[in-house]
Amino acid sequence: MENLINIGVRSIFIDNMIFAYFLGMCSFLAISKKVSTAFGLGIAVVFVLGVTVPINWLVQNYVLTAGALSWMGPSFADIDLNFLQFIVFISVIAAITQLTEMAVEKFSPALYGTLGIFLPLIAVNCSILGGALFMVGRPYNLAEATVFGFGSGIGWMLAIVALAGVREKMKYSNVPAPLRGLGITFILVGLMSLGFLSFLGFSL
Amino acid sequence: MSTEAVEVQEKKSEPLFSKKNRKLISNPLDIDNPITVQILGVCSALAVTTQMKPAFVMSLGLTIVTASSNVVISMMRNSIPSRIRIIVQLAVVSLWVILVDQLLKAYVYDVSKQLSVFVGLIITNCIVMGRLEAYAMGNKPWPSFLDGIGNGLGYGMILMTLAFFRELLGGGSLFGFKVFESMGVHYQGNGLMLLPAGACILLGLIIWIQRSINGYRESH
Repeated sequence: MENLINIGVRSIFIDNMIFAYFLGMCSFLAISKKVSTAFGLGIAVVFVLGVTVPINWLVQNYVLTAGALSWMGPSFADIDLNFLQFIVFISVIAAITQLTEMAVEKFSPALYGTLGIFLPLIAVNCSILGGALFMVGRPYNLAEATVFGFGSGIGWMLAIVALAGVREKMKYSNVPAPLRGLGITFILVGLMSLGFLSFLGFSL
Repeated sequence: MSTEAVEVQEKKSEPLFSKKNRKLISNPLDIDNPITVQILGVCSALAVTTQMKPAFVMSLGLTIVTASSNVVISMMRNSIPSRIRIIVQLAVVSLWVILVDQLLKAYVYDVSKQLSVFVGLIITNCIVMGRLEAYAMGNKPWPSFLDGIGNGLGYGMILMTLAFFRELLGGGSLFGFKVFESMGVHYQGNGLMLLPAGACILLGLIIWIQRSINGYRESH
């Protein structure tokens, strides 16, 4: 249990998807103009990450790694399907995203309207595939992988909501014209990331 | 971007390097740059640029993947049902990425280790998907190929600039060659440049300079 909390806190604050790994930056920069939209996208990312990481864990451990297929019989024991990792992971992610899109369309048309094109684009949000690939690189079990998925999602959501909050305030400041928009946002993200560095001192 | 796409499609026969086709390569380098204007492919731009070498390999890989998947998708564009186009595009892209990944592992293993998940993440690099959606789905293979090369180069250009400053100021070297030491000067590396935060701020400054020169402006 302690271990799970540890992984959760680590993935939210210390190994934050945005500020430590810079994954999912494209939608992070593009959708962070308003807090409400940013929050909606954040929820969608939490959900997709929280579902796809455990599913991909199962796929990785029961289908893809060397010897993973041994549950099908001894003759399958020495099959190594690792080279298919990318294509399998991305298919799982694309399928889950499609499902999320349909669910959001059905239950919250308003949110669907604001998210629009960005829901299908969650499939190509680097943080989702990145989460799956990091999970493979670390020796997690299923419960830990689930916590890691949700934690990373929550960290991502925190980051985008925080940035949206700052950007809403930026409207009232006088930024040099060529720096306006993307330029100042990058500098903001850099400064916020410096702030998040202070979590590195945490030992759990 | 869409107007330009329509124009190219309507020309029946034109020389391989007509003015329009040359534009396809030169525009992404400047006023239509994938990173600084279209906001695509930012994640990897920040993550792999601590040194010149991985940045170079990454730009090369991305250019190959973008150009070749643009060609493949452009050839299949009339037979892809639009509901499932994202999955089809992802499948094509991941095919090329697997190829690049295996090649890197075979020939430059140390760089491949250094790039770690970021080779795999070319699949979800928004530049590839963005160009497939915005260009290859509506244009012939040859212009799509040029478009892929152009955007790959535009991405590479920003990557190399970032990596140049980060490696020079952060570690005092270029492509692993110790610049300051060979001149006999002691250089204390600036740790901020090696952090992602430094890359972000640097990229913000690059955008500032680029936009002051080419006059591109953005309202809030």
